[in-house]
Amino acid sequence: MVVQALKDQGVDTIFGYPGGAVLPIYDEIFQQNDIQHVLVRHEQGAVHAAEGYARSTGKPGVVLVTSGPGATNAVTGSTDALLDSIPIVVLTGQVPTFMIGSDAFQEADTVGITRPCTKHNWLVKDTGGLAHTLHEAFHVATAGRPGPVLIDIPKDVQFANGTYTPPAKASAQRYQPQVKGDMDSIIELVEALESAKKPVFYTGGGVINSGTAASQLLSELVDATGAPITSTLMGLGAYPASGKGWLGMLGMHGLYEANMAMHDCDLMINIGARFDDRITGRLDAFSPHSKKAHIDIDPSSINKVIRVDIPIVGDVGHVLEDLLKVWKSRGRKMNREAIAKWWKQIEEWRAINCLNYKPSDKVIKPQYALERLEALTKGRDRYITTEVGQHQMWAAQYLTFEAPNRWMTSGGLGTMGYGFPASIGVQMAHRDALVINVAGEASWLMNMQELGTAMQFRLPVKQFILNNERLGMVRQWQELLHGERYSHSWSESLPDFVKLAEAFGAKGIQCKDPADLDDAIMEMINHDGPVVFDCLVEKHENCFPMIPSGEPHNKMLLGDASTKDAIKEGGAVMV
Amino acid sequence: MSALQIKKGANKHSAYNLRPTFSDVEETHTLALLVDNEAGVLARVIGLFSGRGYNIDSLTVAEVDHTGHLSRITIVTRGTPQVIEQIKAQLGRIVPVHRVNDLTVEGPAVERELALLKVSGSGDKRVEALRLADIFRANVVDSTLDSFVFELTGASDKVDAFADLMRPLGLVEMARTGVAALSRGSVA
Repeated sequence: MVVQALKDQGVDTIFGYPGGAVLPIYDEIFQQNDIQHVLVRHEQGAVHAAEGYARSTGKPGVVLVTSGPGATNAVTGSTDALLDSIPIVVLTGQVPTFMIGSDAFQEADTVGITRPCTKHNWLVKDTGGLAHTLHEAFHVATAGRPGPVLIDIPKDVQFANGTYTPPAKASAQRYQPQVKGDMDSIIELVEALESAKKPVFYTGGGVINSGTAASQLLSELVDATGAPITSTLMGLGAYPASGKGWLGMLGMHGLYEANMAMHDCDLMINIGARFDDRITGRLDAFSPHSKKAHIDIDPSSINKVIRVDIPIVGDVGHVLEDLLKVWKSRGRKMNREAIAKWWKQIEEWRAINCLNYKPSDKVIKPQYALERLEALTKGRDRYITTEVGQHQMWAAQYLTFEAPNRWMTSGGLGTMGYGFPASIGVQMAHRDALVINVAGEASWLMNMQELGTAMQFRLPVKQFILNNERLGMVRQWQELLHGERYSHSWSESLPDFVKLAEAFGAKGIQCKDPADLDDAIMEMINHDGPVVFDCLVEKHENCFPMIPSGEPHNKMLLGDASTKDAIKEGGAVMV
Repeated sequence: MSALQIKKGANKHSAYNLRPTFSDVEETHTLALLVDNEAGVLARVIGLFSGRGYNIDSLTVAEVDHTGHLSRITIVTRGTPQVIEQIKAQLGRIVPVHRVNDLTVEGPAVERELALLKVSGSGDKRVEALRLADIFRANVVDSTLDSFVFELTGASDKVDAFADLMRPLGLVEMARTGVAALSRGSVA
């Protein structure tokens, strides 16, 4: 019944790991060929892979794990998906209903543990309700603000025979988020846009979650109005990096021109972003002179941290469509003269060239490695995943994205170990695409066991590891904040990554000379199979620009020279 | 690069708790939730409050529609206006929550609480307790030669006032149901 429900929901791939309490479902999987099961090497990897699959396709990712440790290992991935609004359906086995509560072998209170890290979860106690719950789960995961859901299925419920009911219409479900925006508010926003002298679009992952049509509408709106646009880490790709309105990413390690535009603007239009603390910096000095509009499908995102003047609850795609319609029907008015002046100011900020770094011909600078990766893969339909840390920020700064669903990263939760399994999920969905995981050596080691999965399923994922033998971001904060006392932030006893790759039967490449880098990257790209690329980079490079904790957008650090005493007492307590 | 002087526990300037443009005045609101009567729904509501650091002053829950499997949860909570708005929006996101009503702002409402109070004593104190119970229209639901159990229904401050009076007269134990509330008028 479970497999039938998955088929009816259009599932073609699931990521999982068998165990005692899910054997009946695995038995069903064995007897069919429509759904491919990807055997991961750790349940956390299964959830991240499903996230990568979901993020790169727009479809929900499906995970199947056993009870107890299988379920608890899925907690991190589920929390990650909750913070980044990724639709995931996690199926967990449970001990038989008559043994629940008896501390049975591999029993855990899965719905209790996962209640705060799922959008919703269910314990199915009778087979009669199973089909309905499975269909409802897919609806809840994908409708409104997407997120992870979990269904805990006791083993006796899996064994029992019940009547299967096909999926009901979505409109019949109890969970019905509002998708159409309030027309009066949309008109108010159009009026504000028409008269704005210094507007800026600030977009986030919500645009991507709303679907490719929303991204197209966004591009149309930005290009037609001529206003600048910046995006959060999660929103990269919704507006093409080659577009004329593009400022680059904003936030703690965002571009100078993007953050300055946010600080000085007179109209901020937040589309599908959530004023995260990595974005806002110091709240009482956040964009002090602007009128703020916020389009979000989740009412709880509005006025959560920043009070906005024009709140619009609705799906980004629907609201943008109405917004464009209204703006066009009113004569496509904009204050073009003022906006031209605004762009002149932005160009001055851009001229500072905040991504500048000291080049070297002796060691590979991590920025240089990413610049070459960008240059050598440009024009290809390329999917990038990342781990978490300095490399992640550099990847967001130096790589460009022309289309949505091409950039998979752990934003809200910041989960080290996300990127490798995510790249596997992406490659499963896009078998012929070039999928690269930009990693740090420490993050990569957290889920390196998935090399076995990549080999087994012939997934040619490229692991581009910027190896500085340090927890680079931790090291950077210790340098700035803790008197250069580098407590436990270096990676000792690292494996030989080439030999490690070879031990799994994969290809390993090591590169340490900038002169060899291009050839080595091409060798990685051209190899038909998984590659572990050990790129030995400068060990003490810091990630700039940077907004120190507790500072507003216009107080960015641009390089090493400006870091002395940059973080004040108040900022020091924040992460 | 010099080490920074960090005072322990200094979070005065932390961006996590700065709410400069919002009123800091805490208000008490009574929220009424209509929820599916299913396993775990109360845990979801309570977990939301504990997980996000909101206050619960009182909470009552019981099934109100047996055929429709609906329960009503009444929560009295405290917070700044912005926090109250967040609480309502967050409650509204919970899948089995059908409706969230803020009875404090959505027009007039009646609020009642039921309390049981056990008062032990003899002589004058016993007589005085009985006399005060009469004034408060509390019923005697259990009696021994040296104790009463009073039943009192009313708004929370009435229950508070009665309990304060009973304390010197031998109040030994009290049970309160928490607030149940409904909007006034003809519509739900």
